[in-house]
Amino acid sequence: MLISIASGKGGTGKTTVSASLAAIWDGPVTAVDLDVEEPNLHLFLNPQVESEEKVYLSVPEVDESKCNLCRECSNLCQFKAINVMGSTILTFPEMCHGCGGCMAICPENAISWGRRELGTLSRGKTGPNNFLMGSLRVGEAMSPPLMRAVKERLAMDLTERPGDAIIDAPPGVSCPAVCAVMDTDFILLVTEPTPFGFHDFKLAVEAFAPFKKPMAAVINRSGLGDNSVEAFCRENNIPVLVHIPFDKDIAGAYSRGRVIADLNPGLKSLFVQLAESIKEMGAGGRDA
Amino acid sequence: MHEVVVISGKGGTGKTSLTGAFAHLAENKIICDLDVDAPDLHILLSPDLARTEDFYSGREAVIDNSRCQMCGTCLDMCQYRAVSFDGGKYFIDPLRCEGCKVCVSFCPDEAIDFPERYCGKWFMSSTRFGTMIHARLFPGAENSGRLVTLLRNQAREKAKQEGKDLILCDGAPGIGCPVISSLSGTNLAVVVTEPTLSGLHDLQRVAELCSHFKIKVAVVINKFDLNSEQSREIEKYCREKGFELAGNIPYDPEFTTAMVDKKVVTEVQNTKVGQEVRKIWAQVLELL
Repeated sequence: MLISIASGKGGTGKTTVSASLAAIWDGPVTAVDLDVEEPNLHLFLNPQVESEEKVYLSVPEVDESKCNLCRECSNLCQFKAINVMGSTILTFPEMCHGCGGCMAICPENAISWGRRELGTLSRGKTGPNNFLMGSLRVGEAMSPPLMRAVKERLAMDLTERPGDAIIDAPPGVSCPAVCAVMDTDFILLVTEPTPFGFHDFKLAVEAFAPFKKPMAAVINRSGLGDNSVEAFCRENNIPVLVHIPFDKDIAGAYSRGRVIADLNPGLKSLFVQLAESIKEMGAGGRDA
Repeated sequence: MHEVVVISGKGGTGKTSLTGAFAHLAENKIICDLDVDAPDLHILLSPDLARTEDFYSGREAVIDNSRCQMCGTCLDMCQYRAVSFDGGKYFIDPLRCEGCKVCVSFCPDEAIDFPERYCGKWFMSSTRFGTMIHARLFPGAENSGRLVTLLRNQAREKAKQEGKDLILCDGAPGIGCPVISSLSGTNLAVVVTEPTLSGLHDLQRVAELCSHFKIKVAVVINKFDLNSEQSREIEKYCREKGFELAGNIPYDPEFTTAMVDKKVVTEVQNTKVGQEVRKIWAQVLELL
């Protein structure tokens, strides 16, 4: 089962929950950091990194000696990544989405694939579990292409060594968050009971409900704010699987990079309970 | 004209609460919420919508099955795996479609339409602190960068009309496309961080991004007393890199209480955090 941990609002505890779930998960599991803009899961799981590879996007390179400035490519390109100015053809690789249209349409075969670095894909081990992380190159604007590369690697790894995956998703509800959540079997939303948390939680439910996957919530910093999230979940049949208390010791442990399931037996059993609920609901989702 | 953007790298460090307080303290300004993916500033400012506009951006490919001759060219050429063959028909998944037009151009039967994509709405509003420009990207929509640029341009025009000399912006988390767009034209990036391992890690990435675009950085450590040792690490990092330290904010539940009351923290009388935030705003003005 692929489980995505998402939130809408940032800083609600996605990584806290992902790290603790991975640490107590019963059976083979891969911990995956798909928050490629700001990946943090490694700070908690301290993986032994076994390989690091650069990930590239294929972008056009033009052989000017073959180009006759016909503009077929620039007329097709929707991203202003290739253009004819006067008697020169210019490419803007940072604008390119890698669709391959310019290369396919060029009647002179003047375009070949160059590449733009998107970031790094790291693989390793955290205890007995696999670890996978994408880290976007600083200055790169597009995260979905790197995220897709991480997802492809995960799919390959899981074919070789079947197991579950816990996927730490980026915040928000636009293309990067959707890219992380789509194709997963279970969506766990981590929220906090504050007006900002509630507002963005509703956005996340609206964004992810169309995937028709089992979806549940964890309320973090329970005791803070008000009860709006809880009431909304009841009305919309979103099970709240566990509450993580609002506690200065938890915040302090988080600040030092501790996995909070390791802090005390109470917290450990809370995450064991969460894992069991996810497995139960996930099995129900598959039968349905 | 000065343009200030409040960003953070990591989500949930207090960007919006701080921007709200700045909006209260700043004079002669236009307020702008550039976190179009999960905007929250309106919760504090209760805007009265004066103008609502639709936001269209890019296009999406839609197969007309009555014209489709089932050749499969679209499926072969799509780099985004957006085309699927199901129940004897070809379909394009709008959430995977990048809007590159490759399938549209290469379909031998001209069976693929390419309508504009309706991505969200943007608003010009009045608030108790002045004019506010904000937006709402539909869940799962793309092109948040373009919407950020649109809001920014609207804010500049409005500032010119109203004779304002400051644009104050709440930014998005992360380091990707919306954040990069929000940095364009900025005089000062106020980066709100927290004294946690993740906070420092994410600050480093977003500050590096600002340096890349040669934008001055002022760092605010929120909840600095949560882990004083980590706060000192962050201060040390900032001094080494030459980033300004605009001030520290102690942990105080008053932020959440104010949020529940739809107020900003400086509107609450005689609070310690309110005083700290006032000092920080004075410091930000010095840096402009």
